[in-house]
Amino acid sequence: MRTISSIVAVALVATIVGCGSGETREAPPGTKPESMLKKEEPAGKDLGIGPVKKVDIPETIDEALAAKGKETFEAKCTACHKIGKRFVGPDLTGVVNRREPEWIMNMILNPEVMVKDNETAKALLAEYMSPMANQNLTEEEARSVLEYFRTLK
Amino acid sequence: MKKTIFSITAVAISTTMLISCGGAKKGGDSGGALSGKNAEKVYVAPGEYDEFYAFISGGFSGQLSVYGLPSGRLFKVIPVFSQDAEKAYGYNEETKPMLNTSYGFIPWDDAHHPDLSQTKGVIDGRWCFINGNNTPRIARIDLKTFETTEIIEIPNCAGNHSSSYVTDNTEYVIAGTRFSVPVPQKDMPISEYKGNFKGMLSFLKVDQETGEMDLSFQIMMPGFDYDKAHPGRGKSHGWFFFTTYNSEEAASLLEVNASQNDKDFIAAVNWKKAEEYIKEGKFKTMPAKYAHNIYDEGTQMATSTMEKDVKVLDPAECPGLVYFLPTPKSPHGCDVDPTGEYIVGSGKLSANVTAHSFTKMLDAIKNEKFSGEAYGIPIINFEDVLGGTVVQPGLGPLHTEFDNNGYGYTTFFISSEVVKWKVGTWEVVDRKPTYYSPGHLMIPGGNSQKPWGKYLLAMNKITKDRYLPTGPELCQSAQLYDITGEKMELLSDFPTIGEPHYAAGCPAELIQPNQQKIYKLEDNKHPYAAKSEKESRVERNGKDVHIYLTTIRSHFAPDNIEGVKVGDKVYFHVTNLEQDYDVPHGFAMIGANNSELLIMPGQTETLVWEPKQVGVWPFYCTDFCSALHQEMQGYIRVSPAGSSTALSWSLDGE
Repeated sequence: MRTISSIVAVALVATIVGCGSGETREAPPGTKPESMLKKEEPAGKDLGIGPVKKVDIPETIDEALAAKGKETFEAKCTACHKIGKRFVGPDLTGVVNRREPEWIMNMILNPEVMVKDNETAKALLAEYMSPMANQNLTEEEARSVLEYFRTLK
Repeated sequence: MKKTIFSITAVAISTTMLISCGGAKKGGDSGGALSGKNAEKVYVAPGEYDEFYAFISGGFSGQLSVYGLPSGRLFKVIPVFSQDAEKAYGYNEETKPMLNTSYGFIPWDDAHHPDLSQTKGVIDGRWCFINGNNTPRIARIDLKTFETTEIIEIPNCAGNHSSSYVTDNTEYVIAGTRFSVPVPQKDMPISEYKGNFKGMLSFLKVDQETGEMDLSFQIMMPGFDYDKAHPGRGKSHGWFFFTTYNSEEAASLLEVNASQNDKDFIAAVNWKKAEEYIKEGKFKTMPAKYAHNIYDEGTQMATSTMEKDVKVLDPAECPGLVYFLPTPKSPHGCDVDPTGEYIVGSGKLSANVTAHSFTKMLDAIKNEKFSGEAYGIPIINFEDVLGGTVVQPGLGPLHTEFDNNGYGYTTFFISSEVVKWKVGTWEVVDRKPTYYSPGHLMIPGGNSQKPWGKYLLAMNKITKDRYLPTGPELCQSAQLYDITGEKMELLSDFPTIGEPHYAAGCPAELIQPNQQKIYKLEDNKHPYAAKSEKESRVERNGKDVHIYLTTIRSHFAPDNIEGVKVGDKVYFHVTNLEQDYDVPHGFAMIGANNSELLIMPGQTETLVWEPKQVGVWPFYCTDFCSALHQEMQGYIRVSPAGSSTALSWSLDGE
């Protein structure tokens, strides 16, 4: 349903463009087109759907844990995520500022359900089109990746 | 239109009237199979699972198919003895050695009798064994992955047909020869067959941890045709029984000349005794060249080793090793009931089904009730070993399996039926037609100490008018019967691949929980794996170019490659970085004289391509992987031989 409405929206946009005043507005080179989907702010904290209900985040970054997380991330995730640029999936720089830690871990551990039933994840799928892959990380591994994300400012 | 409706109504009304007036139904099958009750029995609702796995051989297709029962839905065709371009089996560098033999690479065989591993006489769901009939081989399929993981060639054998049956605890897998041949092979007149040709029975020991087979010993038998076999079980554990035909030792026009004797034999082999003789050193070591191919899940590669010799026992020199039980006439099926007491021989040319008694056999041996000997092997008096006879149940009995209530079920090829009879009283209690000419049948667990019963699957050789026609050749079929009641009930029939020669079945719960869903990347020991995009690269070694390629939804890394030249031999080593269940990727290269690759999550497979034309050539993913599957592609630039284009590779300009 959402898909259909967005297609309609796209069609409308196309029509508007088609009826435009002849003036072309080009995006500056190097920028990616913005998604046309509204990013809805969820009411309350969006923890996502999955096994992780609550994560305790220490004040200071656990460097050893973050190092382990970096190793896992590079082995299992870098085929789709690059740090500092959008690739197949989003740039994860600052992801801990955009999402709750529970949401991040649930997205790693339970992506099939997340992209189906969680509004934020659904919007991301609609924007990126490639599904978030389930790389079968353990909960400990996902936690270490989260700690690594805390180092990406 | 009106007319049609009217006539259908008319038919419906008249049929209803006929039936409700007790009018006899013609044909006998359609009424039963079409009734709602039977439809419900084979209906597995969307999202539900079948109760049983059925492993049905593909016969001349060389493969093994996996079906669900009662639905009759096909889940997988496992490549075993034939190359399979869909899965790259026998095409990629990893699996080519699986099809190596002493005759070189053989891309086909005739796959006949699957049998499932057992523990204490009960099917355990670990492995499935199956024989290659033409170039004698036995294969083992691992039921964690549903892949062929081992193939061993059988030397001194021809027409490996009385195979591949397992003993009560999978101590041995058996391979017997259908065609006798000179042993060792030599140049000699065919007319001198009698007394000079030999039939080998091979005993392959199975490692209980790994499943690996080892050709432990062979028994050199007289030159008959050893047709089918089954192990003793329970009380008769330690023995193995083989039906024979052509005890006439004819080498020409066998359909006449091998049908002269009223009785042929079931050979009873005491394999525990054989083990003693081997220990005592009573064997001869014969030179024998045979391939042993093993797929290693760690390196994900198969290796082929050529073995050099085999231990051979001669029954004439080993008293108590083999006895002959006279059995009418040219028996095919050799089936042992769940208690191990009765050895049932289905004489293809006999009016009766003959059951020998194991207890009587032991007594006859002890009291030497012999009627003679053949090539030094004692022949037991027929009356002194006979346990019972199912009298004139039908024409052309072939194969018997058993249920959990003390009944035997036998297929009749000529009279096209399945007949149910009581073990011990030998009375026929039911018969049902098959469509048409059944060979073998299968009851889940029906050749073990613990049959689950419930269903009987008859596998037919002839289809004729049963299905929508598809030119001169129709698919062969399997028919499912409910055997829970006193009378059998035909539930459904479904198409099969190749020739559904024989089958083995067991409850899904023995296999389903042990399924491997992915191959862990960290366990991938493939020498050419690239376990992350960072490791993807291209290397040149003389004219060999090794491309370490990775896949993930939905791109290759690298996807732009330059510096390849005409005349190079290019190895694509493709690693699937996915770690998610049921997300394989495919790989296809334009102009490759080869198949595609189909790589499971965490696996590496290798395709060889020898570019012949200058240009820029695409490769792509063949297995629909995501919404952007169409975008999963790459280019390779092929420069002329001797060009100076540097080797380079990139993804997204990096």
